[in-house]
Amino acid sequence: MNAIILSALLGVVLMFTGIFTTNKSTIRTVATAGLLLLLLANIAEMNGWKLFEVNTRNMLVFNKFGLLFNTIAFSATLLYFLLSARDILKVGINGAEYFALIFFILCGVSIVSSFNTLLLLFLGIEIISIPLYILTGSDKRNLKSNEAALKYFLMGSFSTGIMLMGIVLMYGAKGTFSIDAALQASNPGREVWYTSGLLLLFISMAFKVSAAPFHFWTPDVYDGAPTVFTSFMATIVKAGVFIAFVRLFEYSFSGSGYDWKLIVSIVTAATLFIGNITAIFQQSVKRMLAYSSIAQAGFMLFALFSYNTLSREGIILYTLGYSLATIGIFAVLVKMKDYTFEGFNGLARTQPVLAATTTIFLLSLAGIPMTIGFFAKYFMLASAVKSGSHLWLVFFAILCAVVSVYYYFRVIQSMYFKDGAGATEEISPAFRWILLLMAGLIILFGIFPNMILNYLYF
Amino acid sequence: MVPVLLILIPLLTGVALFAIRQEATAKSIAFFSTLVSLAVMLAGMSVWKDAAHLSFNQPWIGALNSHFHLELDGMSQLLCLLTTLCFPLIIYSTWNNTYVDANRFFGLMLLAQAGLLGVFMAMDAMLFYFFWELALIPLYFLCSRWGGEKRIQVTIKFFIYTFLGSLFMLIGLIMLYFKAGGSFAWADFVKLSLTGREEMTIFILLVVAFAVKMPLFPFHTWQPDTYEQSPTAVTMILSAIMAKMGVFGLLRWLAPVVPAATYQWGDNFATLAVVGMLYASFVAIKQDDLKRLVAWSSIAHIGLMILALFAPSYSGIQGIMIQMFNHGINILGMWIVVNVIEQQFGTRKISELGGLAQKAPILTILLVIIALANIAMPLTNAFIGEFMMFNGIWGSTATKFGMVYAIAGIITIILSAVYTLRMVQNVFYGPTNERTEKAVDIRFNVQLALAILVVGIILIGIYPKPLLSMTTEISQQILDRMNLK
Repeated sequence: MNAIILSALLGVVLMFTGIFTTNKSTIRTVATAGLLLLLLANIAEMNGWKLFEVNTRNMLVFNKFGLLFNTIAFSATLLYFLLSARDILKVGINGAEYFALIFFILCGVSIVSSFNTLLLLFLGIEIISIPLYILTGSDKRNLKSNEAALKYFLMGSFSTGIMLMGIVLMYGAKGTFSIDAALQASNPGREVWYTSGLLLLFISMAFKVSAAPFHFWTPDVYDGAPTVFTSFMATIVKAGVFIAFVRLFEYSFSGSGYDWKLIVSIVTAATLFIGNITAIFQQSVKRMLAYSSIAQAGFMLFALFSYNTLSREGIILYTLGYSLATIGIFAVLVKMKDYTFEGFNGLARTQPVLAATTTIFLLSLAGIPMTIGFFAKYFMLASAVKSGSHLWLVFFAILCAVVSVYYYFRVIQSMYFKDGAGATEEISPAFRWILLLMAGLIILFGIFPNMILNYLYF
Repeated sequence: MVPVLLILIPLLTGVALFAIRQEATAKSIAFFSTLVSLAVMLAGMSVWKDAAHLSFNQPWIGALNSHFHLELDGMSQLLCLLTTLCFPLIIYSTWNNTYVDANRFFGLMLLAQAGLLGVFMAMDAMLFYFFWELALIPLYFLCSRWGGEKRIQVTIKFFIYTFLGSLFMLIGLIMLYFKAGGSFAWADFVKLSLTGREEMTIFILLVVAFAVKMPLFPFHTWQPDTYEQSPTAVTMILSAIMAKMGVFGLLRWLAPVVPAATYQWGDNFATLAVVGMLYASFVAIKQDDLKRLVAWSSIAHIGLMILALFAPSYSGIQGIMIQMFNHGINILGMWIVVNVIEQQFGTRKISELGGLAQKAPILTILLVIIALANIAMPLTNAFIGEFMMFNGIWGSTATKFGMVYAIAGIITIILSAVYTLRMVQNVFYGPTNERTEKAVDIRFNVQLALAILVVGIILIGIYPKPLLSMTTEISQQILDRMNLK
């Protein structure tokens, strides 16, 4: 509860900051301090220290899983602010509003990580989506940004409609929005409503996490949006929606699980295939990352495919590893003058720290041991092996992971083994240190994943 | 304690080297670090021989019940000794090679050493996989950064090949983990009794990774290109040590873990090994590039070890063990010679060289001994290993075709004499040409490095018992698991 209320309040505070000052460093400081406060408040709640006592009538449930995810999301956002706050302010003149919108999104993220009724799921997803439409179009004079925003908005509202339809059907079948109650209520004769409702929910959520075949918006939107916001969209937001997805299907409807395995496995395979194969052919690193985020979503879908403790631990590690690495790469990308692979040529000469840390981020995305990306993939694959059925999917995922090495390593090849200018904007020492910190975290958690997982149990 | 030191020394030095800018200092530090590792290893085999010093076991990832378990048993000792011995020799014998960013070069070399030593000592499957990849990443960077002209394409091919194999292995290890009731310990793996189908699946998953690493025909296509394109110091690591990772994997993680499937698939893989040996030998005869020649000859020699494993017997397995060590030092000697030639003449083409014996007698004497070891002449170390393997293959009770395999294998020994002696003849004898006219003999560092190897070759050739006695226990254990004698 701490997180939901504070993030909404902080959003309002940031909006007012925008009225009273246009000083960029003030805005930045307020935003960063606010986020730190939010993170601390959430950690306080993890330790049982509640700032607000609200009777949610069981519409929200704050368990360790959700709170741990909140902590991860807020920490990732904090790092994102530290790396990219200056670049956020460069996007347009409404600096404070961008930060305010990000806080509102975080509010949505903390709702979807703790919802216990379909209504709040819907609210959370909408609170996430609407600020995102605005952020996507925030580069007002850029046609591509406008196009992306419009596309995202139209497709997004369409998927919202589908979600509502699904919720309605499920309500019709069970007579309640509450997930606990719906699991107990049995309403013979309306099974079809329930199943089709669930399918519609699945489709709309799959759209939000850009799972194939509902992924077509992703490359255009990620490419068109200002790069700083793409970074946020592709990491924290996506992870948040994934947590909602997992909560919805893994815990709430695990009873009807088996029928879903085939559908989920087909969607997973399609997502892995399309994401990885298309990423190979990209010339722009930004677009490659968009497809890679589809591919990574394919791995995260394993958490839906196999429901057990391993997948629960895995999705936490995956969101953490994926967010850290992707935020890092995007932060470097924002600083590049040229977004193509050639633009990275010779970066190791001009900016050795950037090149080295980007290499670690890429290795983590590729799932090489010693990085958290490895354990993320490990838990996903192990959970699927444990669940025992559809082993073909595991092998398919392996092949895709090998394909992903090709395009991730292309960036490494450009940076280290090819000559070029590697032109970047000016890099501040603080930026380098944050990157090094993130790379250090990736390796630290890559050797001791227990440091994260223990929070789930103790 | 010894295992931890063996990992930490190269790991920490390797990381520290990235911060040291002076190239000469970096090289000296790297060399010193490898010497310290060697000293620790030797101490572990003599002074600190008790189990408490040779084993290290701490819980690592609680959620997975994975332990940081390193242990130096006989087979590990043999391979760690090979690794710690080869590294100083590699650095010392290539002392005069110059590299851009030498500190990074040596840093990565040491990181690779840490990974390799870890692979040989890990007794926990998760840890094993960790080190398996940790050894690969530095080598990827070494080959792509300091290699020849086509290095980038060649190295990514190498990486993707091995990474695919590794991931299959990972799935195999995950399956074993669940079958063993949530444990990654090797000791639990070798107690499992699986159904035939399960063993079959796991066998296939594991064997791919090892087959790519060794490499086994038809998974070998990355190897000649990578050996050719890599800087020679790295090629030395790849062939002298990394190829042993695959053989080691077969002996530690495959045969004792899924014995029935190993037995069942034995003939198929033995046939592949034989085909690969013959094929590689014929290709080697046709090579004009020294590096490619040694690369193909390496495939043929490793093929014999694979054959001896899939047509197992006590003598054969013991032969593989000692031959892993022998092949490591022999091929290292060959590479040192290749490196000397390349550094001096700027070419590796056999057709462009000739008559070196007149100009460089010391090099020639040392090389000829190494070449004789390469074709397994009696009194050299390889004779012991290969004789034991042939003996084992011929008499193996696991296969009906032992005799056929042995005869086919012996043909490859003849072929190895053809290509090795042809190389010696064309490069070192005959008339000199304008390129080799001004040749000078090798420097002291190369002399010393080669001399150490030659002494090793002859000593093991005459008295192999110390090495053989190290591995009796594990060889027996593998055979017991396979219900063979």
